[in-house]
Amino acid sequence: MQNSPALVPLLLLAAAISIPVLAIKKTGVAYLAALAASLGSVVISAYNALRVWESGPLTYHFGGWNPPIGIEYVLDPLSVFVALVVNVVAFIVLCHAGGLKEREIPGKSVPYYALVLLLLCGANGMILTGDLFNLYVFLEIFSLACYGLIGIGEKQAPIASFRYLIMGTVGASFYLLGLGFIYIVTGSLNMADVRNILPHVYGNPAVTTGLALIVIGMGIKMAIFPLHGWLPDAYTYAPSTSSALIAPIGTKVAAYVILRVLFFVFDVKFVSQTLPVTDLIGWLAAIGILFGSVMAMAQNEMKRMLAYSSIAQIGYIGLGIGLANPLGFIGAVLHILNHAFMKGALFLVAANLRKNAGHSDISKLDASYRKKLPWSMAAFTLAALSMIGLPPTAGFFSKWYLALGAIDKGNWVFLGVILLSSLLNAVYFFRILEKVYLGTPSAQGAEGAPSPKSNKGEGFVAGEEEYALMIPAVVLSFSLLLLGLLNANIVKGVIQRIIPLGM
Amino acid sequence: MTNPEIYRSLMPFYAVMVSLIAAPLILMSSRQANLREFWTLAASLVKFAVVFLLLPGALAGRIAEFIFWEISPGIALSLKADTLGVFFALIASGLWILTSFYSIGYVRGLNEHKQTRYFASFAVCLSATMGIAFAANLLTFVFFYEILTIATYPLVIHKETKVAIAAGRKYLIYTLTAGVLLIAATAWTYRITGALDFRAGGLFGNTSLSPSIMMVLFLLFLGGVGVKAAVMPLHSWLPAAMAAPTPVSALLHAVAVVKSGVFGVVRVVGFVFGPELMRQFGLNTLLAIFAGATIILASLLAFRQDNLKHRLAYSTVGHLSYIVLGAALLSPASLIGGLLHIANHATMKITLFFCAGALYVKHHKEKISELDGIGRAMPWTMGAFTVGAIGLAGVPPINGFVSKWQLGLGALQAGEILPLAILVLSGLLNAGYFAPIVYRAFLKKPAVPYERGEAPPAMVIPIVVTALLSLLLGLNPDLFFHFYRLAVMVSGSILGGGP
Repeated sequence: MQNSPALVPLLLLAAAISIPVLAIKKTGVAYLAALAASLGSVVISAYNALRVWESGPLTYHFGGWNPPIGIEYVLDPLSVFVALVVNVVAFIVLCHAGGLKEREIPGKSVPYYALVLLLLCGANGMILTGDLFNLYVFLEIFSLACYGLIGIGEKQAPIASFRYLIMGTVGASFYLLGLGFIYIVTGSLNMADVRNILPHVYGNPAVTTGLALIVIGMGIKMAIFPLHGWLPDAYTYAPSTSSALIAPIGTKVAAYVILRVLFFVFDVKFVSQTLPVTDLIGWLAAIGILFGSVMAMAQNEMKRMLAYSSIAQIGYIGLGIGLANPLGFIGAVLHILNHAFMKGALFLVAANLRKNAGHSDISKLDASYRKKLPWSMAAFTLAALSMIGLPPTAGFFSKWYLALGAIDKGNWVFLGVILLSSLLNAVYFFRILEKVYLGTPSAQGAEGAPSPKSNKGEGFVAGEEEYALMIPAVVLSFSLLLLGLLNANIVKGVIQRIIPLGM
Repeated sequence: MTNPEIYRSLMPFYAVMVSLIAAPLILMSSRQANLREFWTLAASLVKFAVVFLLLPGALAGRIAEFIFWEISPGIALSLKADTLGVFFALIASGLWILTSFYSIGYVRGLNEHKQTRYFASFAVCLSATMGIAFAANLLTFVFFYEILTIATYPLVIHKETKVAIAAGRKYLIYTLTAGVLLIAATAWTYRITGALDFRAGGLFGNTSLSPSIMMVLFLLFLGGVGVKAAVMPLHSWLPAAMAAPTPVSALLHAVAVVKSGVFGVVRVVGFVFGPELMRQFGLNTLLAIFAGATIILASLLAFRQDNLKHRLAYSTVGHLSYIVLGAALLSPASLIGGLLHIANHATMKITLFFCAGALYVKHHKEKISELDGIGRAMPWTMGAFTVGAIGLAGVPPINGFVSKWQLGLGALQAGEILPLAILVLSGLLNAGYFAPIVYRAFLKKPAVPYERGEAPPAMVIPIVVTALLSLLLGLNPDLFFHFYRLAVMVSGSILGGGP
């Protein structure tokens, strides 16, 4: 298994290409093949994570070409961790996708699953690569798959997708342009190599320009405020399976790239003091947190609300980056994990609602939905509590580390924003919870409601929920309890091993 | 005082987990009401037994400790059954038994809906309360404090009426904001001290800090625990929360939740800041001013309430601040008095709430102005009510007198006259707002004569037991549970004098 680092992207790519061929006769094969490939990627990335855990960072040279000429894959605790998170969440969401394909993507399942695998291939490549240009290539694979997955959705989806395409392409071009500047000065594309050369050329304006372009380009992909314009429409109109896949993964990968470039290609001192990029990101993120939360409160459509909530949550990650200290870094990386699980679970529940009720309109929700979908709603409740940041769920600990980081830095505004945002989250999530648990069904009115004595609808019967739809949501959201209670293991075992030098 | 001996034990863990395990069992037996209620009763009895077994150790200065695992690098989720913790846990778990019996009578008497949710939430609340009592450090405290907030919510909105939902919102706004402030204070403390373990006498040690930072930090803590302790101006969720069913008001909004708040105040004053820092930065004066103002204002506001439960709620607000005042005065007797009042107010106020619930179940009476002559129809209920009422006014031989006496002594020990005057005035005000109820119930003639008869025995027996407890603890404060000795030990450990 010497080649295991390269296997994940290659496996996904191969599967993506062969799906259209395999599924010529029977379209059902496409789903199974995608599921199998995704499971494979989970297994291999878990194996990679284990290897890194035991024997420290690994590098892999593609085609035997040595860096800095050849393409290098770098598996350090951070990259294998993020890759594992992405693959696991993607697998769980794919398990769920099976029950939705007739409703969300009728007749398009073959190209759809091929695109899903391309998306994952791009994501894995971006995470594992140690080469700045190779990263761009995977970024494009990732983005194009993304546009496709969004465009497949309802009537407005192609427009949303097109808008994303324009902005995304601008972002990618910015990244490429920035990369060009860096390449002109350093003559290298390998991250480790660039890192060694950069200290000699920090005075050069091209470095500054390059960094700015890269951050803006990736900032668009990450949807950091005010570069988030594409996100709400894209998440809302995409098929529910796509939003459940892209929301936890898409922006996180971009956030990971920003982390990687700022702290592991450039160094901490340069980006936080000489050229305070991190401060800028932190403040924009703080505004984004408040903006996203307030906008989320105003939404009447669950997926749209979750989209705005994503903008706020990405702000948490941005805030952690902005703090540029170890605790902020821990908070940011931990939140990549936590938010992937939370948002995944929430979008899956929104998908279940659409499948069962035909809509995910918040104002139409009432107690009958809880009776129809008791487990989905339990999953939603738990994920919502985590979003608010209540112990023992995972969300509490993101908040805890970010708060510690803000205090460490003496930035009281950031502290205030983190804490205020948890209250704002409470407002827009309890609005839904109140309806789901307490709203009296309007149609048949009080007549249809169970009499006070009977306990109908309570208890442990999964109603008419489909297991295939219910279990993934429940798994994701109940993992939040585990992730919360065991977070110290993740922090100590993974994140603290890779605190960037100079923090 | 010699350092207490600390030993590893699973008992604190069991105390927390018993009702947490009971909650899913309750949910699963939602269709068999008797089995479901059996789980509640069994959990309450087992929990009390477990806590009671911790008592001898606590009295001997042996502290049981249970460490789960680290939940943040360097900070473990851990439980420690120290004297203060056992003191609080005994009260909460003991009264849960009575409340469980009473609840069964209450919800069946009223044919309440969603009884499963009700009993399950109740069980989770008690787990959280035990966690708060035994929390060994601030982060563990925050952990269970927030769980308590959420677990209480379904009970506040239980009736699902517009009023209840509005009360639930208000409750969440207050308590979640408090939680956030507490998290900020905890995180800040951690950055300053690098440790969060509660330590009698304070955990800041010799760290020198500017007065303004200390003041802000203290206000953050006060905002965090003050909401549940209903210190004015953070109290207004409590009267609103009276929309909950009466057993909830009785146990949670007179004992578990609000006492978690004052317990938090004692922890913050005695185990985070410590008496020296409190005095050095004048924080105790600040706290005493809040508490004194709350005592008087709440008593005055109580007069205006015609709804019996609302009047009791304002009375609770006032009495909680007795405890806060005791902590703020920082003299041996005042701490003893404050701590005893945690227990004494609990038995008295739970009696009064139980009575209010009995009146509601039997005659659907909620307003004081409707109670004319009801005492003759329900002599046991209203007799118990009278015991609780005169106790709260501070008349011997009921236990309210004991704690008030100690508080008064404590004020003199601290060399302050004003708190003593506040206590005396508050006693008069208490008498003033309880007397009309008793007068109406026994001496006025009802418009329509009542049929003689009490609420179901499951309700009346707990009422009589709590009233009797109030009387017995008034005659001998050290009876059964050694509340007095525990209080003396806690006060000694905080002030460093040692018993």
